[in-house]
Amino acid sequence: MAGLAATLGRGAMSNPLEDMDKPDVIFCIGTNMTEAHPVAATRLKKAQARGATLIVADPRQIPLARRADLHLPLRVGTDVALLGAMAHVIVREGLVDEAFVAERTEGFERLRDHVASFTPEWAESITGVAAADIERAAIAYGRAERGAIYYTLGITEHICGVDNVQSLCNLVLLTGNIGRPGTGINPMRGQNNIQGAGDAGALPNNYPGFQPVTDPNNQAKFERAWGVRVDLEKGMTKVRALERAGEKIFAMLICGENTVVSDPDADHCRRALESLEHLVVIDLFLTETAELADVVLPASSWGETDGVFTNTERRPQRVRAAIAPPGEARPEWWIVSQLARRLGAEGFEYESAAEVFDELCSLSPTYGGLSWELVAEGRHHWPVPEAGHPGTPVLHIGEFPRGRGLFATPSFRDPAEVTDEEYPVWLTTGRRLAHYHTRTMSGRSAGPEFLVPEEVVEVHPADVTAWGLADGENALLSSRRGSVVVRVAADDTSPRGTVFSSFSFSDVPVNVLTGSGYDPVTDTAELKVCPVRIEPA
Amino acid sequence: MTSPAEHRLLLDGESVSFREGETLFELARRHGDAVPSLCFDDRLEPLGACRLCVVEVEGQARPVASCTTQAADGMVVRTMTEALERHRKALCDLVVSENPAGATIDPLRGSASQELAALAVRYEADGGRFAGARSGASRTDDPNPMILRDYDHCISCYRCVRVCSEQQGDDAITVGGRGFATRITTEFEGPLADSACTFCGQCVQTCPTGALADRRALRHADAPGELAATRSVCPYCGVGCSLDILTKGERIVGVQPAFDGPANEGALCVKGQFAWEWVQHPDRLATPLVREDGELVEASWDEALDRAADGFREAARAHGREAVYAVASGRAPHESAYTIQKLVRTCFQSNHVDNCSRA
Ligand code: SF4
Ligand code: SF4
Repeated sequence: MAGLAATLGRGAMSNPLEDMDKPDVIFCIGTNMTEAHPVAATRLKKAQARGATLIVADPRQIPLARRADLHLPLRVGTDVALLGAMAHVIVREGLVDEAFVAERTEGFERLRDHVASFTPEWAESITGVAAADIERAAIAYGRAERGAIYYTLGITEHICGVDNVQSLCNLVLLTGNIGRPGTGINPMRGQNNIQGAGDAGALPNNYPGFQPVTDPNNQAKFERAWGVRVDLEKGMTKVRALERAGEKIFAMLICGENTVVSDPDADHCRRALESLEHLVVIDLFLTETAELADVVLPASSWGETDGVFTNTERRPQRVRAAIAPPGEARPEWWIVSQLARRLGAEGFEYESAAEVFDELCSLSPTYGGLSWELVAEGRHHWPVPEAGHPGTPVLHIGEFPRGRGLFATPSFRDPAEVTDEEYPVWLTTGRRLAHYHTRTMSGRSAGPEFLVPEEVVEVHPADVTAWGLADGENALLSSRRGSVVVRVAADDTSPRGTVFSSFSFSDVPVNVLTGSGYDPVTDTAELKVCPVRIEPA
Repeated sequence: MTSPAEHRLLLDGESVSFREGETLFELARRHGDAVPSLCFDDRLEPLGACRLCVVEVEGQARPVASCTTQAADGMVVRTMTEALERHRKALCDLVVSENPAGATIDPLRGSASQELAALAVRYEADGGRFAGARSGASRTDDPNPMILRDYDHCISCYRCVRVCSEQQGDDAITVGGRGFATRITTEFEGPLADSACTFCGQCVQTCPTGALADRRALRHADAPGELAATRSVCPYCGVGCSLDILTKGERIVGVQPAFDGPANEGALCVKGQFAWEWVQHPDRLATPLVREDGELVEASWDEALDRAADGFREAARAHGREAVYAVASGRAPHESAYTIQKLVRTCFQSNHVDNCSRA
């Protein structure tokens, strides 16, 4: 979300989901939406049925790509080149919204000069997408009355994730496709409450409500609220903390996250956790991560816990307990509060989730006008700055939170690792519709297990033959970090030379292979691409 | 915006206003909800197939299907005449006759599964007159564990086919055959798993007879306890679909979509709809665990919390307050993330907290 925060001042979906019905051109990039956000994808299908043009940029023939009016099958990790060339065409064809650029942006001249050499032909040589198709896409988006962009992890999970996002942002700023219904730049958040975890302040750089910890005014505000000294210095990201485990970080509290399976370079991750002096895990199951802990605390789960989730369109909604948790499992807020009290803290005397949420609202400008009562209906999109405010379905109307929208000037770089003789094949990872992350949930339900009972690596049928593999047989997949054995499924979704797998199954920990690098700004791992070797096993 | 001239017509003797484009069915529903229908779902294009929603319009020789007739200025409409109700009862008898005699439709089958049963009660339909006729060829042999295809109950309203096409956009099922041989089928007539079906469950939830039914939920049909619904939000992806958690006592027995859910308007996907059994899986942790001689063993909350706190205190004492780190979950509610960051920031005066940032 850092890419958007820097250029627009707010790192979240600009438009609500209901707006997906409204654009006349929809540009989806790096999002396997029919699998990762299925119900949102149905809205795109409806928009298309009403005549909207759907452009999909994705290395693979994903279902969304098969539905697209124009599919741009770019080589993995070359988004910046593709998007730079689209900006080039928009400028060249006179499709820039001059009034918008003059009134609401800065740095246009610099961008214009920057993209001058990014011709579609140049981009074709890098991305493998025909120059004419790049032009068609740019012209369609550039001419749209209402053009909307949607993206997910395929854009952010790269060492150049921020560059990717800022390249997209440039298209938006050039064409003025923002601040109106049916337009915008829309990162679709993956987990049910990943937006909420950030909103609630579980970030090393921000207090609740995205208030920077480095601002002395915020420091003073939270010292007043909490009655203790708080630090002005940013914390480490999780990625850095794992890297420094055993050197700088010696104790960790990990909540509901199967780090060992879900994180890149799983072996490294396991070693990091093992090198801690103290590990406490709060979770629902004895996950691979919990097995490494010194103390495991059982949490109540969805269906057993009252609380709030904020969805990808910035809409806080109530979740409710329908049954009692098993045995002695308790809500996480209770567990953490008990721990804090034992550590001598005051201000953790909560008796309900409502009290915790109302405290959050009182300290967060984005939730200022919300309360436990008010989110029961789920009718507001944040920011809701004060009581009585109707909420903000569309961001960036009239002005950006940072004032003017900033044109950044990212340049194409190769992924952290590129294919070579030893590792000649691109592995790309993603999600499957029926499963979710590490399957601690979906794997214990009959339906998803029936549909996708085991992990496979999808290999183009022609490559199956060329590489001496066999459909349904095992293959050994190796990267510079490790290897896994996984069953081959012949499938022409991916192009030749690129194979695909998900990270859902811990018996085939595909993330042993990935993790070749991190975005320098966000520390987001390069999970989407990784050179591998594949051979019969 | 200029306010449009008000449109009015006479509905059952009462002058009522209507909106441009409103159908007689929608209008009647706004004024009392007494006109029955089996093929209507307000998210779908009206079909006019079941003929239950017929009304009399003055000047028209025959009753018209109200769901496909738009309101017009000055119309005189009657919705509840004796003749109409007689016609509806006859239709109801016919439809009920096509259903297995004496079958009770468990509400766990789906959100709309009681619609036919409710009409049968209203019209005291016994079905005897047409007994023997059947539409649909049942596919209860479909091996998928999610959707029961019990077409003996099918009344050919095509809501499933229409929802799959118009709402879900998957076009996995179609109408095959004619007359009494009409049936709902997949391409190549095979099981759903071999079709374009994504197991979103939308066809199940719109079926007015329970012919399409939720197999996961039906396993609990005989479980004791009153069926209750608790409004919540799906625990999987960031779309945030609203749903009802169905329970009997302390057991979750199913999930149904919320038709007024702001993010989903009645839709769910395979995960939200069918993947909830993990909640009460025997693998769930039910007691705190602490490590003793290398093994995790059960402990009381006091013991476990003391151990957890001691470890953090000890790490901070030995290596400084910056030695402690916390990771919040992107799945747990806000209150979890909020208390975790507050703990780090107040107990250790650092900002060493993050969430699983993988979007
Ligand atoms: S479950 Fe969904 S995709 Fe499958 S037939 Fe029903 S509506 Fe269509
Ligand atoms: S039902 Fe499917 S689309 Fe809706 S929130 Fe759950 S996982 Fe996402």
